[in-house]
Amino acid sequence: MTPLHDLLSIGWMWLVLVTELPDLLSAATQSTQDSLLADLIRVVSMRDYNTRVVIVGVATLGGAAGLVGSFTLLRKRALMGDALAHASTPGIAIAFIVATSLGGDGKSIPVLLAGASFTGLIGVAGILLIRNQTRLKEDAALGIVLSVFFGLGMALFGVIQQMQTGHAAGLEGFIFGMTASMQAADAQLIAAVSVIVIAGCLLLFKELQLLCFDEGFAGAQGYPVVVLDIILMAMIVLVTIVGLQAVGLILIIALLVIPAAAARFWTETMSRMIVCSAALGVTSSVIGGLASAMFPGLPSGAMIVLVCSVFFFVSMMLGTRRGVLIRLIRRRQLNRRIDRQHLLRAMYEQIERDQDAVDESLSHRKTPVSVAKLLSMRSWTLRRLERAIDRAVEDDLVRRSNGSCRLTGAGLTEAARLTRQHRLWEMYLITYAEVATANVDRDADAIEHVLAPEVIDQLEDLLDEQGTMIAVPVSPHDIAPEAEMENKTGGGEA
Amino acid sequence: MPDPNLSSEVDADAPVVDAPQSETPAFSDTSLSNVPLSVYDLTVAYHRKPVIWDVSFDLPAGSLIGIVGPNGAGKSTLLKASMDLIPRASGRVRFFGQSYRQAHNRVGYVPQRESVDWQFPVSALDVVTMGLYDKIGWCRPVRKRHRALAREALRRVGIGDLADRQISQLSGGQQQRTFLARALVQDADLYLMDEPFAAVDASTEHAIVEILRELKSRGKTAVVIHHDLQTVPEYFDYVVLLNMRVVAHGPVMDTFTPENLQKTYGGRLTLLDEVTEAMRRRESSL
Repeated sequence: MTPLHDLLSIGWMWLVLVTELPDLLSAATQSTQDSLLADLIRVVSMRDYNTRVVIVGVATLGGAAGLVGSFTLLRKRALMGDALAHASTPGIAIAFIVATSLGGDGKSIPVLLAGASFTGLIGVAGILLIRNQTRLKEDAALGIVLSVFFGLGMALFGVIQQMQTGHAAGLEGFIFGMTASMQAADAQLIAAVSVIVIAGCLLLFKELQLLCFDEGFAGAQGYPVVVLDIILMAMIVLVTIVGLQAVGLILIIALLVIPAAAARFWTETMSRMIVCSAALGVTSSVIGGLASAMFPGLPSGAMIVLVCSVFFFVSMMLGTRRGVLIRLIRRRQLNRRIDRQHLLRAMYEQIERDQDAVDESLSHRKTPVSVAKLLSMRSWTLRRLERAIDRAVEDDLVRRSNGSCRLTGAGLTEAARLTRQHRLWEMYLITYAEVATANVDRDADAIEHVLAPEVIDQLEDLLDEQGTMIAVPVSPHDIAPEAEMENKTGGGEA
Repeated sequence: MPDPNLSSEVDADAPVVDAPQSETPAFSDTSLSNVPLSVYDLTVAYHRKPVIWDVSFDLPAGSLIGIVGPNGAGKSTLLKASMDLIPRASGRVRFFGQSYRQAHNRVGYVPQRESVDWQFPVSALDVVTMGLYDKIGWCRPVRKRHRALAREALRRVGIGDLADRQISQLSGGQQQRTFLARALVQDADLYLMDEPFAAVDASTEHAIVEILRELKSRGKTAVVIHHDLQTVPEYFDYVVLLNMRVVAHGPVMDTFTPENLQKTYGGRLTLLDEVTEAMRRRESSL
């Protein structure tokens, strides 16, 4: 339920942005063109001390969240931060009520954050309790705790509205984030805590990586797995709690999950992933924070999530390691390679069958093979076959001559190499894996396309020991295809 | 360092069927310093159901030991509980006469391959380097010499050329070899392996067996959870037959008998025929 819920929040934010932004802009422009420009320059150049401190604070928060988020994502605990943030809601309300009724300042940030941490930790303890003591799984535990605490918090916010002393204005900043109302002191707190978290992540990189990858081995190595988990959890708590004011409790999870998930598309190395994730976190927070500082009505959490989601979408599509586009390209290339290999091998086997392969020298094998014949040899469509031939012609492996094609010198060499590889694999399967001869062909087809050169070397060695011919071994099974037999029977009927 | 008297003694009192450990009174830790793994009265329970009961055995040093038993017999649980990875209801485990905490750097662990997410963003070399983290120490960076050691371990298992490949790009057999290299790089005296032969190709199986033999020749001990009964006589010197309790343990030739297997697996006769055949092959080859 939570990912859906977050997805809905993101969608809602877009809607708000699209509908509200023109109003905000026109409100700003009405006040005179000059002041908007002045505003923009003032905020972007960060000439204002307060803005400058707030932006620096939010940027370090983004970096810390990006780092911690990478570890929690890989530990598969990403939603823990979400539950924690939601569970902090009643704490904020309780802290406010207690502080004001004692005559203190109900909006003192340290007091509110202390309250938030208190119920947040109770929430996490509740999740662990449900998970460990009942048969419910973690997702159910998360759902229960998250909604119950958030509901309780909302009810308490309602109570505050009814209170005589209560000026709840400002508290809703905790729900969607409000950098505009942040003071330099708040930002300094955020920056200090974030720096501690960043330092922790970098110092414990090795240990946390091991924890996330292989908990069992970490335990066997004598690492206190529980302590490491608590450290990671503590860092999530720190980032989440100090991030409440800047990003808001509903959307802080975005800063923990999205940069890390986006970074995963670009790299297969953990150290690069955390750097990339931190950079995305910093960039989104700075852009989101600036926007919110410029337009006091615009929640910074929403802006940060929007910027994050743009980065995520771009990464998902264009990511150089796991992006959608690169996967499509790779699959297409693989398909083309497979088609080419099938084409060349089909031609080679056809030629081999037409002539007495043992007596003929290589040059005589360049006889033409009709396209119709090739079509009947495999289960490919004419269109696909024609395209494969066209591409092979382009690469000068095959020549066309009306209705049939023949191998060039290079094509013959390549076809011989492929056929040899195919048959080596078949022999390997027959010799070592005890696969029935009749079933080999299909397996070999699937595997030869991913056969690494070192495996081929190994196969050659293995088959060499058995005194098998290496050049192009004779196919270990009868290569007469069904097509030919069908033709024969078909002819008989006619 | 291995005391010849002691190991021969362990060999001699061979096929022990549900033997009470009364002949080792007081169970003094010093007398066990040459026993790589000594388990006494170990019971482990998940929720309310016991998984292994009253497991006791001393394993001989410098040998290859197979742990064999049907699915759900508690083989993995036995290894994990020995290393304190899961809590035990009762029992005492000693590695070279010490607790696991004290002796953990003398023990190399090869977990089941399925126990981790192979999409994790690390290379084979990174995984093998993890075997050195304990030596490197908390908060200290991995250095060049550590990576060189890890590369060497990958070469030993025959995939030195794949060191920089991301682990999801490795075949099942190569992933298993990576795990093996991670344990080898620790240079331990005892190796605990959880089904290293599960779903690997023939050449990987061969490579692992070679490494086991090489370890034995250097006086190391390996405890291997194994599923393929046919290869037990060929691969191992000593066997522990487990089905929630220890049915029997001792040298393969005396312990790996149809009667004991019958007790371990119940009446699956086709299986027993295969094993009898395998034992006969081994006898004739000796």
